[in-house]
Amino acid sequence: MGDKGTFLYEIWVARGSLLSGAALTMQLSLAVIAIGSFIGCFGGLGLVYGPAPLRLAIRSVVEVLRGVPVLVLILFCYYGLALFSIDVTAPAAGVIALSGFCAAHMSETFRGAVASIPVGQTEAAKAIGMRFWQRLTYVILPQAARRMLPPWVNTGVEIVKGTTLLSIIGVVELLLSTQQAIARNYLIIQFYLAAALIYIIINFSVSQLGAWLERRFAYFRY
Amino acid sequence: MASSDMSSEPLLRATNVHKRFDSVEVLKGIDLDVAQGEVVAIIGSSGSGKTTMLRCINLLEEYDDGEIHIDGETIGYRIVGGVRKRLRESAIADQRARIGMVFQGFNLFPHMTAEQNVMLGLTKVQKMPKAEARDRAVHWLDRVGLAERREHYPYQLSGGQQQRVAIARAVAMDPRLVLFDEVTSALDPELVAEVLSVMKSLAESGMTMLVVSHEMLFVRDVATRVVFMDGGRIAAEGPPAEVMGNPSSERLRSFLGRFHGLFG
Ligand SMILES: Nc1ncnc2c1ncn2[C@@H]1O[C@H](COP(=O)(O)OP(=O)(O)O)[C@@H](O)[C@H]1O
Ligand SMILES: [Mg+2]
Repeated sequence: MGDKGTFLYEIWVARGSLLSGAALTMQLSLAVIAIGSFIGCFGGLGLVYGPAPLRLAIRSVVEVLRGVPVLVLILFCYYGLALFSIDVTAPAAGVIALSGFCAAHMSETFRGAVASIPVGQTEAAKAIGMRFWQRLTYVILPQAARRMLPPWVNTGVEIVKGTTLLSIIGVVELLLSTQQAIARNYLIIQFYLAAALIYIIINFSVSQLGAWLERRFAYFRY
Repeated sequence: MASSDMSSEPLLRATNVHKRFDSVEVLKGIDLDVAQGEVVAIIGSSGSGKTTMLRCINLLEEYDDGEIHIDGETIGYRIVGGVRKRLRESAIADQRARIGMVFQGFNLFPHMTAEQNVMLGLTKVQKMPKAEARDRAVHWLDRVGLAERREHYPYQLSGGQQQRVAIARAVAMDPRLVLFDEVTSALDPELVAEVLSVMKSLAESGMTMLVVSHEMLFVRDVATRVVFMDGGRIAAEGPPAEVMGNPSSERLRSFLGRFHGLFG
């Protein structure tokens, strides 16, 4: 594996912590995307079909979450919640903050996708006697899902990148584990490049998954 | 469904239907009866309220005053303590299931094949078993001449074929009444005939139909009665030969004049 101080040697030494950092990055991203998308679906439903007060409430929350820098959200969840005697660990604070960010974007994505389905689709479904949830399940959502896919993948990629911000509150995800390795071996450029490569691999996988899903949904056209 | 004391009522009875969009009154008191088996054509210039009338009958639009009965039952509303109340979504859905509608723009579900389009209402609304629903869908797609195309998605079909699938989707539900809103207006001229011939064969099979159309030859040949709408009112009504052959008003004469040459 070469001599101490060479890149190959040092990365072999650091492999365990880098891999666990990468694993944590992926776990956090998955958790955030799952939670954020789930909440975002309801936020989006509320934005499209909810009564005016509910729409206004959701709209306000979405605007705040989208308007505030993600780092501020993270710091707020980590330090701010403690002020209200809510005890959260750093990873939990990070997941809450990023999920909020993700949910806000997904609400908007969902709303846009559902609103873009022509009103004639709803009317045709009504005309055969379908009820609200039936129309949603069988007519609107299958079509909206396809339109939601590209922005959803984008959001996923943003989330993966956004997890790097959690290094600031001490979550040892990929970036912080890289920085800790650099602190021992001073191979700054090489290790940041290695980390960048891993991020690219993760995000490339995400977008490939998205492309695969899009192909699966490509069986119909307009 | 039909209460016995109402048995003298026609299948559809609209009385004094008023509809406003904001301050503009679009329907100014429509009275219309359609008996079982009748094919009633609604003609009239653009903006006279034809589409709005059909949409009120199918409860896609709320109307402000008057009543619409299907088989003697008031649809869309009930009176509670002298006040009209819109029915619940589920009750409205049940009533809509008894009325079919075919739209100008087809509105097929693009993510479903022709067969799935026809089956959806059967399996989800009528809770029919899949196999039976498929048989029914195949039967109706065959009736509209598309048995070979049942695996096709809407984008793989011509406009005329799409509209025939939409007709199959509406009639497969076994509705009491089918509404047609200018169903050939969005079609290329050479595709109009195939859709009209399907409609003609439905009419001949005894289906009750309310048809908004500018196809005057079709109206003259197929309709049992013609209704001329003008400015939100019914301005003339009667058998096609009478209404179209001997127009009772200047407005009707000038409207029909646009289709000159058709009535010698
Ligand atoms: N959703 C709506 N909001 C406001 N005005 C409408 C709406 N739908 C129809 N109208 C108006 O109602 C009138 C009648 O329209 P419509 O029933 O579509 O007539 P037709 O089908 O006979 O052409 C028109 O003046 C139209 O502009
Ligand atoms: Mg119209």
